[in-house]
Amino acid sequence: MLTPEDIRDLVRVLDSSSLEEFQVDMGGLSVTLRRHGARGDWTRESRVTRQPHVLEASQEADTREAAGEEKVSSGTGATTSSARREDVHPITPPLLGTFYRAPKPGAAPFVEVGAAVEADTVVGMMETMKMMSPVHAGVAGTIVEICVGDAEFAQPETALMLVEVRS
Amino acid sequence: MSFRRMLVANRGEIAARVLRTCRALGIETVQAVSEADVLSVPARLADHVVVIGPGPSGASYLDVDAVVNAAVASGADALHPGYGFLSENADLARACGRHGVTFVGPSVAVLEAVGDKLSARDHAVAAGLPVVPGGQAGTPADAFEVAERVGYPLLVKAVGGGGGRGMKRVDAQEDLQRNLELAMAEADAAFGDPRVYIERYVVSGRHIEVQVLGDGDQVIHLGDRDCSVQRRYQKLFEEAPAPHLDDDIRSSLRAAATALAGQLRYRGLGTVEFLFDRARREFYFLEMNARIQVEHPVTEMVTGLDLVAEQIRVAEGHPLRLTQDDISVTGHALECRVNAEDWQADFRPSPGTVTAAAFPVGDHVRVDTHIQSDAAVPPYYDSLLAKVIVHGSNRDEAMAQMAHALRRCRIEGVATTLDLHRRLVEDDEMCLGGVDTMFFTRFLTRQESLSDATVGA
Repeated sequence: MLTPEDIRDLVRVLDSSSLEEFQVDMGGLSVTLRRHGARGDWTRESRVTRQPHVLEASQEADTREAAGEEKVSSGTGATTSSARREDVHPITPPLLGTFYRAPKPGAAPFVEVGAAVEADTVVGMMETMKMMSPVHAGVAGTIVEICVGDAEFAQPETALMLVEVRS
Repeated sequence: MSFRRMLVANRGEIAARVLRTCRALGIETVQAVSEADVLSVPARLADHVVVIGPGPSGASYLDVDAVVNAAVASGADALHPGYGFLSENADLARACGRHGVTFVGPSVAVLEAVGDKLSARDHAVAAGLPVVPGGQAGTPADAFEVAERVGYPLLVKAVGGGGGRGMKRVDAQEDLQRNLELAMAEADAAFGDPRVYIERYVVSGRHIEVQVLGDGDQVIHLGDRDCSVQRRYQKLFEEAPAPHLDDDIRSSLRAAATALAGQLRYRGLGTVEFLFDRARREFYFLEMNARIQVEHPVTEMVTGLDLVAEQIRVAEGHPLRLTQDDISVTGHALECRVNAEDWQADFRPSPGTVTAAAFPVGDHVRVDTHIQSDAAVPPYYDSLLAKVIVHGSNRDEAMAQMAHALRRCRIEGVATTLDLHRRLVEDDEMCLGGVDTMFFTRFLTRQESLSDATVGA
């Protein structure tokens, strides 16, 4: 418990220093003392470090999340091994995000396995922070595998599709 | 009635903003979070946290069942939806009603009335609000009649079309015949329907909106805002009041907004958006937003009110605490939206982790944010990091304060639009004020030619 005497001591510490601001953290209590007169010229680097108090009701959501993650990781795991072949080029997203195979829901996919592509052919879309960006094939060749399903999440290093490079 | 426990069904800065007012009002808080937001600032600020689903918003913040279940399971008696996500979703409001949770927002009937563009327009017309003049035509003779009424320039659109297809701009009467024949033939070929819709074209328009507050019986306005600085219909900078607006126009705008809200017997906070035609000095109703808006702080700065507190009060069933005479607008307020985007790379989004963050504090500056050192910027949600808000005794003073405040902002680890805003508030046209919705494109072109000149030198 902080007493008025403690506060007076803190003010004395600030007064005897050249500091503009002074913060004391102890046992869940935080006191900030600031000199008057620097009106409007303060910059604060503040942090809320309190741990969230998560209620039990979230158990069900946890299981859903775990199942979703499993699906994505199995998909990416399978592709990295086959992506090592030299004549096969993995198409990776420009940014991490959600991968879409078609320009809009219900529309035909941009490409299917067996499609011939040029380097600038659009093979899919990525949604990152509600913004869409096109995914280009990057090389000329033939799509031999589609590794990530529609509306699945992909990291920048994820192989979305594999292209057999045209020699 | 007074709420005991509020579920905040949103994320980011607005969640932190709503939590702040709940705390001030003595309402216990439960923050709904996705798996990606468990360690976010709102989660740390709230009394309790409920995880409602995985990161992608379709499975969490946009999942009506997950949100309502979280409210019921946590014993909340009210739900604040923030903006975006499910904030204007009638299904959520209905589900809340079924489970005895008060939805902080307008009634289901009002959400449905203003949620649909055509129905909103009908209500606006019924309340006597002007809409963009236009009409349908099946024959060239009809079209000439409509064009006479609408005036030039005008737009000819295919009735069966959409997304700008088959749209033609006509600047003078002598061009109408030729364009009309072309448009009708194209419409017939493309959609099997030759009918066209003719609408007045606003060459230079400003986006001006009026904040309203109602208790289901009385309605007041809380002044206007100008949100004309936009990129691809996304607002970047807002201010209150709208600058360089004649008194008669301003009072007509405010009267129109309260007329619509009155007609709807509106209960809650709402915004009526207008397009102001600079050349004609006329305004037209665009839409009504039945929620708290991103830019509400500029209204709070000039009116001295806490809009979330007023919103909660009417949701609790209390009559309006204020009359129109209690509302006065003092000085000028500005807001910059700082986004996690690389504005020099076509505004490419920049998710990641913020390594360091520091914001200005002071008497005339306010920063609404959920960003601190080590905060995650997940790829699933919009890119808003912080809103920097200042209040000055006039617009010039506020612009100077904003320039100063932006210089004192520091966000590291992700690309941000901070530097873009620093340049924006130094722009001559911007400093003059009253810009139209095409301004931002002109401003960006000027910036590009500036950087080209630097490279050349």
